[in-house]
Amino acid sequence: MSIFEVEGLHASAGARDVVKGVDLTVRSGEVHVVMGPNGSGKSTLAHALMGRPGTSVTAGSIRLDGVELTGTPSWKRARAGLFLALQQPIEVPGVLLEAALTEALAGRSGASQEGDGGQSIDDRLKQEAAAIGFDERFLRRPLNVDLSGGERKRNEVLQLGVLRPKFCVLDEIDSGLDVDAVRAVSGRIERATSEWGLGVIAVTHFHRLLRELRADKVHVLVDGRIVATGGPELAEELERTGYGAYEPGA
Amino acid sequence: MPLPSEKEEVWRYTPIDELRLDEFAPTATSAAAPVSASAQRFVVGVAADLPERGALLGVLDGRPLTVSVQDAQLSERGVRVGGLQVLGGEPDVLGRVLTGGDALVRLNDAFHPDVVVVDVPARTVVDGPIVIVHWCSAEPAEPAEPAEPAEPEEQGERGEPGGVAPASFPRTLVRIAQGASAEVVEIVAGPPGSARSLVVPVTELSVADGAHLSYVGLQVLGAGAWHLARLAAVAGRDATLRTFTVGLGGSYDRSRTDALADGAGSSTELRSAYLGTGDQIHDVRTLQDHAAPHTTSDLLCKGAVAGTSRSVYSGLIRVRRGAVRTEAFQTNHNLVLDAGAHADSVPNLDIQENDVRCSHASTVGPIDEDQRYYLESRGIPPSRAEQLIVLGFFDDIVERSPVPSAIGRLRQEVGLRLADTLGLDLEGAHG
Repeated sequence: MSIFEVEGLHASAGARDVVKGVDLTVRSGEVHVVMGPNGSGKSTLAHALMGRPGTSVTAGSIRLDGVELTGTPSWKRARAGLFLALQQPIEVPGVLLEAALTEALAGRSGASQEGDGGQSIDDRLKQEAAAIGFDERFLRRPLNVDLSGGERKRNEVLQLGVLRPKFCVLDEIDSGLDVDAVRAVSGRIERATSEWGLGVIAVTHFHRLLRELRADKVHVLVDGRIVATGGPELAEELERTGYGAYEPGA
Repeated sequence: MPLPSEKEEVWRYTPIDELRLDEFAPTATSAAAPVSASAQRFVVGVAADLPERGALLGVLDGRPLTVSVQDAQLSERGVRVGGLQVLGGEPDVLGRVLTGGDALVRLNDAFHPDVVVVDVPARTVVDGPIVIVHWCSAEPAEPAEPAEPAEPEEQGERGEPGGVAPASFPRTLVRIAQGASAEVVEIVAGPPGSARSLVVPVTELSVADGAHLSYVGLQVLGAGAWHLARLAAVAGRDATLRTFTVGLGGSYDRSRTDALADGAGSSTELRSAYLGTGDQIHDVRTLQDHAAPHTTSDLLCKGAVAGTSRSVYSGLIRVRRGAVRTEAFQTNHNLVLDAGAHADSVPNLDIQENDVRCSHASTVGPIDEDQRYYLESRGIPPSRAEQLIVLGFFDDIVERSPVPSAIGRLRQEVGLRLADTLGLDLEGAHG
């Protein structure tokens, strides 16, 4: 059982304070959904957790199994077991998906490769591709090169499946995906929560992600703060009423 | 005719004013001259890397010494490869593709000892590339002497300081007749080390109506060489021409490629890559010249500069009057790997017709931060992420080589130099 803790997190993007005191505690196998209107700080929160350059944590703490991650570079956070699925995955010409994952796995401790049953990367790639309907031909491509927006999102989930992190942050994984793809992707993530106890922080605008992905907690992020926390019913309510009731001055 | 000068636009950003012709003398290689052991090793290595070739020509300082034909049917089908004599005294074969030319072309005209000829008759398809290996001497130029026992250039690799260094003038003519098709790989190499030399190659590619030519040019001279190359190509009606020139060696490496779309419906694809290390200068000039309607040209040029090296890319798309429905594209990407390195990119358009589609794009900058972050977010340390990105930057263009069988060798030559530059572990880099 692992635990991912965010405590009193303040983060800025450029000169602007965007995340203004966020607390979250996620345990292995749990799914936490962070919903919020545009500009509420969702993406900055996701990047602050992974340590993207240009996003800085100004106060607070991010811990994985008690180890402080604030101030450590992204690659060390990844090796500690954190994964970020980007809202806009980056194209890296000439760097093959398989080569990147081989490098990524080479640096991992044995613990995070648990349960791979000694499979080759190639087998794992094929298996994960089949699980989410990712065209096998794309496995031979350089990272995200000549992939559509939706294929890039599937590619993020494919990498998640191969790397098997302890916790993942999904930054609007459902945007750009059609209904079938959302179902395939959210179903895969849901299975991962039991397969290897993946803990999930899913940042999204929409309720639709939650048809397959069973949320334990739903948090409403407005103006950089979590203003409400509840069960899946909270997501349904937001779907009906919007964020109006939570906006500043409401 | 005066030597070129930096004052001319086509020689801007270059060290051409430092060229002192009296520091060089044409090599006096005769057919009986000894071939150094390193030259032999190099040719053997190339042969091993391109096993499915049609033929291999070993050329010393512009003079073809060995011609080995793998495809026995080549000569039966009228394909001629070798020195100028294979054309049987046909007059005025040179200068049909490369018209005009500067003082350097005149020097080549005057001093090339022979012409390397690849001549493919109409409607003949040559399987496997015809490989030309130019070995260009860099030892001190000496009058022809009786053969010495072994490896002369390894004893006296560096010219006497202030002494006269060798100049060589390789000349190549490739003619692909109507409806024929062939692949040519032309490698310009010399002894490793920093001995001075001047290498002034001129290559003419003639691709007739409905013919196809895929051409790879690779320059891997030693670090003291000046390489001032000129490649001129003409494509006839519905012809296809694909070229990929790769500049890795030399102290000053200039390659100018002019491709003329002369026949309606012709299409050319021009690719170039360069890697600057130490204090090298790479200088790539291209001309996509459209003189006929419905022609296309697509240029992609990628380079990286490290250390205190510099690069210049300057390309012109010219659409002449009457070349309606031309489509011409030009892209140049430069990676600047160190603070002391510098890259200039100068795209130009000269459009004299209305109904055309042309575009150019260029970038100059360090390794993309988003790409590095993306790999880092997967658990790859930044130094390794950068290596992967730079390798990928080149692999992206190398893997699209118009001669696929040359990819392995090209990848190896680029990888070797990147390994030196980036302190690279090449294992697993190409998955």
